Amino acid sequence: MKSAVIVFPGSNCDRDMASAIESVSGRAPEMVWHRDSDLPAGVDFIAIPGGFSYGDYLRSGAMAARSPIIAVVREAAERGTPVLGVCNGFQILTETGLLPGALMRNKSMHFTCRDAALRVENARSVFTHGYDEGETIHVPVAHHDGNYQTDADVLDRIEGEGQVAFRYLDDINGSARGIAGILNAKGNVLGMMPHPERAIEKAHGNMDGRRLFEGLFEKVF
Amino acid sequence: MTEITPEIVAEHGLSPEEYDRIVAAIGREPNLVELGIFSVMWSEHCSYKSSRLHLKKLPTEAPWVICGPGENAGVIDIGDGQAAIFKMESHNHPSYIEPYQGAATGVGGILRDVFTMGARPVANMNALRFGRPDHPKMRHLIAGVVAGIGGYGNCVGVPTVGGETNFHRAYDGNILVNAMTVGVADADRIFYSAATGVGNPIVYVGSKTGRDGIHGATMASADFDEDSEEKRPTVQVGDPFTEKLLIEACLELMATDAIVAIQDMGAAGLTSSSVEMATNGGVGIRLDMDKVPCREEGMTPYEMMLSESQERMLMVLKPGKEEMAKAIFEKWELDFAVIGEVTEGGHMVLTFEGETVCDIPLGPLADEAPEYDRPYVETPRPAPLEDEPDSKDVMADLEAMMGSPALASRRWIWQQYDSQVGANTVQKPGGDAAVVRVHGTTKALGITTDCTPRYCFADPREGGKQAIAETYRNLSAVGARPLAVTNCLNFANPQRPEIMGQFVGCLEGMGEACRALDYPIVSGNVSLYNETRLDDGSSMAILPTPAIGGVGLLDDWEKSASLAFKAADEQIFLVGETPHHLGQSVFLKEVHGREEGPPPPVDLELERRHGEFVRTAIGEGLVSAVHDISDGGLLVALAEMALAGGMGADLHLERLNARNRAAMLFGEDQARYVVTTTDPDALRKSAKENGIALEPLGTTRDDGQITLDGNDSIALDRLRAAHEGFFPTLMEGEL
Repeated sequence: MKSAVIVFPGSNCDRDMASAIESVSGRAPEMVWHRDSDLPAGVDFIAIPGGFSYGDYLRSGAMAARSPIIAVVREAAERGTPVLGVCNGFQILTETGLLPGALMRNKSMHFTCRDAALRVENARSVFTHGYDEGETIHVPVAHHDGNYQTDADVLDRIEGEGQVAFRYLDDINGSARGIAGILNAKGNVLGMMPHPERAIEKAHGNMDGRRLFEGLFEKVF
Repeated sequence: MTEITPEIVAEHGLSPEEYDRIVAAIGREPNLVELGIFSVMWSEHCSYKSSRLHLKKLPTEAPWVICGPGENAGVIDIGDGQAAIFKMESHNHPSYIEPYQGAATGVGGILRDVFTMGARPVANMNALRFGRPDHPKMRHLIAGVVAGIGGYGNCVGVPTVGGETNFHRAYDGNILVNAMTVGVADADRIFYSAATGVGNPIVYVGSKTGRDGIHGATMASADFDEDSEEKRPTVQVGDPFTEKLLIEACLELMATDAIVAIQDMGAAGLTSSSVEMATNGGVGIRLDMDKVPCREEGMTPYEMMLSESQERMLMVLKPGKEEMAKAIFEKWELDFAVIGEVTEGGHMVLTFEGETVCDIPLGPLADEAPEYDRPYVETPRPAPLEDEPDSKDVMADLEAMMGSPALASRRWIWQQYDSQVGANTVQKPGGDAAVVRVHGTTKALGITTDCTPRYCFADPREGGKQAIAETYRNLSAVGARPLAVTNCLNFANPQRPEIMGQFVGCLEGMGEACRALDYPIVSGNVSLYNETRLDDGSSMAILPTPAIGGVGLLDDWEKSASLAFKAADEQIFLVGETPHHLGQSVFLKEVHGREEGPPPPVDLELERRHGEFVRTAIGEGLVSAVHDISDGGLLVALAEMALAGGMGADLHLERLNARNRAAMLFGEDQARYVVTTTDPDALRKSAKENGIALEPLGTTRDDGQITLDGNDSIALDRLRAAHEGFFPTLMEGEL
C-alpha cells in the first residue's frame, strides 16, 4: 500500500493531508513534487491537497492543471487509481477536465472558513462507502473559490448518475444545487471543497473526515 | 553628484541637528546614498530614538527566555527541546493609505521576522483599531484590512487564530493594524542575525528589488496629514505566494549547516538588514550593488538600499555552501545572488559600476544613533465618577451592549481567515485565547492579544497594567500557563509632552505587571506619530494603545477550557470579588454615551492568585466552562458563555446586595472569571483552601433564556440576533 501527495509551489495543506493519511493508514505518503514526471512505483492512492498552487494566479488551479505531474496523475486516474482532490485539489481536478464544472468565487465574494454540514449523497464509491447514504456529516471548509457551477445538462447528468458525493445543508458559497463534492463517472476521482483532513482526530473537534480515509484504505489497500 | 541642501535633509525627515551629527560622525558631508541610509536608520521606526530609553526599563528575563528583545523576534523555551518564537508588529500608516496591501504586507513582515529565526510559523493573530463605524471611510478600511490579512495569511498557509477589534473616533484618521506571528522551532536550531567570519559570502534571496516602499520607514515616522493618500506609492505590495516559497526554501536550507546568520528585509529593506547583521556581529560589510537582483531597469544604489520590496532575505553563508544553497532556492524558483562579503573594520562599503558609492562607519548608524530623553508630563489621574447611573432595564441594556461595536460578535471578520490550516487549531477564534497544538506533541500554545485603549487614555499606568493582566487572564482562562509577551506600542507624536507622558505611564504599568506576574516581554515594536493633522491646524491623536500579545503553554491540549456552557443544570460561579466599578466601562459608553472616570484598578497579586486557581481547577477537571470578565462586565461574560454554548442560565444575584445593579452587572472590575462546574463542593473546597472568593451565580438551563432573579429575562435568540447582526449590517447593509 502506498499513497502519494502531490505538492505544488503554494500547496499549504500538503502536510495536513500527509498527517491524515499517516494517522489513518499507519504509513506516511510519498510527497511528489510538481516538476516530477513520474509517480513513485506502485502508488495505490493519490491526494491533491489544498492551498494556493502557483498563488492562485491566473485562476485557481489553472496553472497546476498544466504542470508535468498532472499528466501522470491523469494517466493513473484513467487506469482506475483513486484520486482525491480537496479544495485547491478539487479546483485543479476541474481545470484538468478530470471532473466536470468549475469552482467560481464564493457568492459572498469573501473567503469563508467555517464548519459545514454535508449530506452524503452517494455512499457507494470507494471514498464514501464508510458513510451512510443521506447521513449528515460535519467537515470544515476554508475557501474563496468554492462556488461550484456547471450547466443544467451536466448538473442533471451528474445528479442522475450518482456523481454528487456531498451536498451542503446550508448555502455556504452559492454552489449550484449545494454541491460540495463530486465523483467522476467511474467513481475513482473525488473532488470536494470541504477538508476531510481537518476532521481526523479528537483535537480537531470532530472526526467525520476520518471515515472517508478509513473507508478508502479498507478498499484500496 | 547631488549636493545635499537643507531641503533634501528635511525631505529625509532629519533635523538640522541630526544632519550635523552625521557630518561629525563621518568627518565630511555625506552623499545622497549615505544620507538616505542615515535617514532610514535614524528614523523613529528603525532607531527607537524616542522610546529606547524607556524600553530599557521593561523586564525581559526569566529562566525560560532563550532570547529577549534585540533580535528579529523573542524566543522562549516550551520544553522537550522546543522553542516558541513570536513577535507583534504594526503596519498602521500603510494600512490607512492602502488597507489591503498595508495589512497584507504587515502580515508578511511579521511572518518573516519569525521564520528568519528558524521557526515554522504556526499561528497568526491581529489587533485592529478602527474609527467610528459610521465614519465615511471606515467600511472601506475594515473591508480592505480584513481582506488583506486573510489574503496573505490564508495563502501562506498559516492559520489566523484570533485577535481583537476596537472602534473609537480617535482612530478615524489613523487606524491601527498590528499583526502577530507565533512559530515553533527546535531550541538548538535557532538562527540569529549576527554576521561573522571575514570573507564569508553575503547572499540575497527571495523576490527582486523594485522601487516600491522607498521611504516607508520615514513615512511611518511622521504625522499624517490630509494629503496622506498621496503617499500611496510608498506602500509596498505583497506576494504571499512568494512568501510561502521563501518559508519553505529557508526552512529547507536551515535544516543544513550552511547558514551563519540570517535577517529579513523589512522596514528600510537592504539597509537595515545589512547594518543590523554587521552591527550585531561587530564586523564590516561590503556590497556590490551591481549584483542586487532588480525588478526594474536603471535602479540606483539609493533606490536599492531604500526599497521596501517584500519577500526578501539576507544571509551570511559558510564558505563553500553557495552552490548547495543556490540549488534549494532555484528549486523554489526564487532569486539567489551573492552580493557581497563580510569585512573587517566596521564600515559599510557599497560599490556600483566600479565606484564606491557609500563608505560609512557602522557605529553611528546603529549603536550610536540618536537617543532622546523627550520631555513628558504625567497624565492627570481622572476624578472619580460623580454620579453612577443605574440600569432601568437590565436586559434591554444587555441587548444594546451585546450588539454594540464594542462587544458585537467579530465572526464576520474571523470567518474570512483560515483558522484551521495546519490541522492543529484546538480553539478557534471567538474564545478567550486561541489554543494551537504543537505538532506531533500533546502540548499546546495559548495565544491572545489584548489592550483596552480607553483605560490607557484615562490612566496610562493602570491601562498598561491592565493590558498585561488581561492577556494573563485570557491565557489562564483556557488553562495555559502564561510565559511571556510581545508588545506593539502605538502612540501619537512623542514630541508632545502629554503624549510622551502616556507612553511613559503605560510602560511603567506594563513593567510593573510583568514583574509581578513573572511574565517578561521578549519582543516588540514601537509605532509613534499616530496622529492626524486636521485642516484647522489641530491634531487628532490616537488613544494610547500598547497592544499586548501573550503566549502561554498547556502541557496537554485536552486539558484546555473554553467559554461555552457545556450542559444544563451545572452550577455557575464567580471567581473574584463582587463587582462595583463603572468608570470607563462599556456600559457607561454604549448606554450613556459617557467616557468618564478612572479605569478599574488592577490588583496584580489578585490577578496572579486567581489565575493560578483557575488554571489548577482546569487542570484538575473541576470546571467545565471558563470565561474571563472584561469589557462589559459580569452579565456580558455570562451572555457570551450562554451564546457560545446555546444554553441558557437561571441567575440569582439577589444575595450580592448591590447598591447599584448596573455596577454589579456591568462593572469591569479586574481579576475575575466566571466558571461552571458539575462538582460545586470540590470547587468550593479548593477555593476555601486557597482563600479565593467564590460566589454562586446560578445554574445553566436548556430553556434558551437568561433569567435574572426570577424577573428579568431575555431569549438567547434575541441576544444572538443583536450580537451577530452588527458586523453584517455595517459591512454589507445598504449605504
